[in-house]
Amino acid sequence: MATQTALDLSQLLPGFADPTRESQAAFRAIMNATARPGLVADLAAAPTPPAGLNRAAGAAALTLVDQDTPLWLDPGLHGSAAETWLRFHCSCPLVTAQVDANFAIIDAGSDMPALAEFNQGDARYPDQAATLIIMLPALAGGPTLELRGPGIADVTRIAPQGLSPGFWAERAELVAHFQYGIDLKLCAGDQLVSIPRTTRIITTGA
Amino acid sequence: MTAPPTTPNAPANSEERYYNYAYLDEQTKRMIRRAILKALAVPGYQVPFGSREMPVPYGWGTGGIQLTAAIIGPDDVYKCIDQGADDTTNAVSIRRFFATVADVATTEDTGAATIIQSRHRIPERPLEDGQVMVFQVPQPEPLRGLEPRETETRAMHAYAEYGLQYVSLYENISAFGRIAGGAGYPVLIDERYLMSPSPIPKFDNPKMDMCPAILLFGAGREKRIYAVPPYTRVRSLDFEDYPFEVQSWEQCCALCAATDSYLDEVVLDDQNNRMFVCSDSNHCATRRAQGHAGPMAGHSLAHLDEEPAQ
Repeated sequence: MATQTALDLSQLLPGFADPTRESQAAFRAIMNATARPGLVADLAAAPTPPAGLNRAAGAAALTLVDQDTPLWLDPGLHGSAAETWLRFHCSCPLVTAQVDANFAIIDAGSDMPALAEFNQGDARYPDQAATLIIMLPALAGGPTLELRGPGIADVTRIAPQGLSPGFWAERAELVAHFQYGIDLKLCAGDQLVSIPRTTRIITTGA
Repeated sequence: MTAPPTTPNAPANSEERYYNYAYLDEQTKRMIRRAILKALAVPGYQVPFGSREMPVPYGWGTGGIQLTAAIIGPDDVYKCIDQGADDTTNAVSIRRFFATVADVATTEDTGAATIIQSRHRIPERPLEDGQVMVFQVPQPEPLRGLEPRETETRAMHAYAEYGLQYVSLYENISAFGRIAGGAGYPVLIDERYLMSPSPIPKFDNPKMDMCPAILLFGAGREKRIYAVPPYTRVRSLDFEDYPFEVQSWEQCCALCAATDSYLDEVVLDDQNNRMFVCSDSNHCATRRAQGHAGPMAGHSLAHLDEEPAQ
């Protein structure tokens, strides 16, 4: 799937202006969000990625993805400027088989790939499970989710928009087999919410 | 006294610096950062990572230093303690290291710190939301003393097969009448993974339960990172008839009269004289500044500039 055309640098959008400082700041925001599921991380300093990616997803990729982490990219982005941007700035291998990916970037607006097809981790090495970066229209205004589990004092609520009605049931089935399970980063605009596999979710509302 | 945050005077981020910000290269940081996120996603599970050579030997805190280097930024305020004390050699060296390579302000004030790196203690002052506690870990595997093979301990964690650990605690009771062992007391994280809390005294174990701060553990030589997110259940193993209990002392701190802190015993001479003082130097200094005085306050040993009493 890798396009073999020569890279046109004049069309390439920049990544982090100061990769060291900006990736550190982005990581701390993502780490805090991962430690506190449901907490909205603000990645306002993130650069603007090409069309098809939002700023939070772009910043997460720049911060976490590199040559050691095969990336599964939403088929809707194949051959796009976004793919070129990720290949250039992250140097990551792009894979077509979901099970080979450490990270996946998925647009919730397109067909959601089967979550069970991603690497769920090994019984002895659950850290090998995939991290899914899912791009949404907004992190508010959707059906309300009640989150409980490690990182949450009692209960916290989020209402992400744009996920298919069956998404959380599909995810719940996978993470029921903890320590197996996938970890989610929900991205909208320049905001990110992390839902690790330990988070127990009750869907309420419309 | 609690010193206010100080800015390092050396402009370590000047153009002449020949190493990357926070010492590690960016790809190493990304690798450690990914390990941290997976460690937070599977609390208590030991994530393998590619531990790097650091400018100190293994056993001097290489795991903690690598964790700190991967998360620290110029806005952080950094505190480093060794056995509770800010002013011991290792703590001073590591604090100076990050002041130099990461341009951070450093502090001894637990409440002012955003990152607290520690060997063998959790500060007495309760940790807060927004703080990150980084532990230096010599042996991350709680089961290693019972089962030397990594393949086996991996399987035991995979299937939550922790019977051997309970047998070990039971043998303790049958041999000593109680669960012996004062440090590195095993804990169960969110009722799933057995975890070594690093060699902190079991006195500190209850501080980890539902703690508002992020707890990160790094073992450099053993190449493992693990974590406890905030507000996570951390249960010290015990039995119904032999419940978990922490150390207690008949004395108060000889300098600040604290009765609720972890005390170190200091031998004063060969006449069987000794004193008990807070292991947390910042806690003790804060209390003394508030006017608390223990039975040996004003003793010559409390003043560094005087020779000990003969």
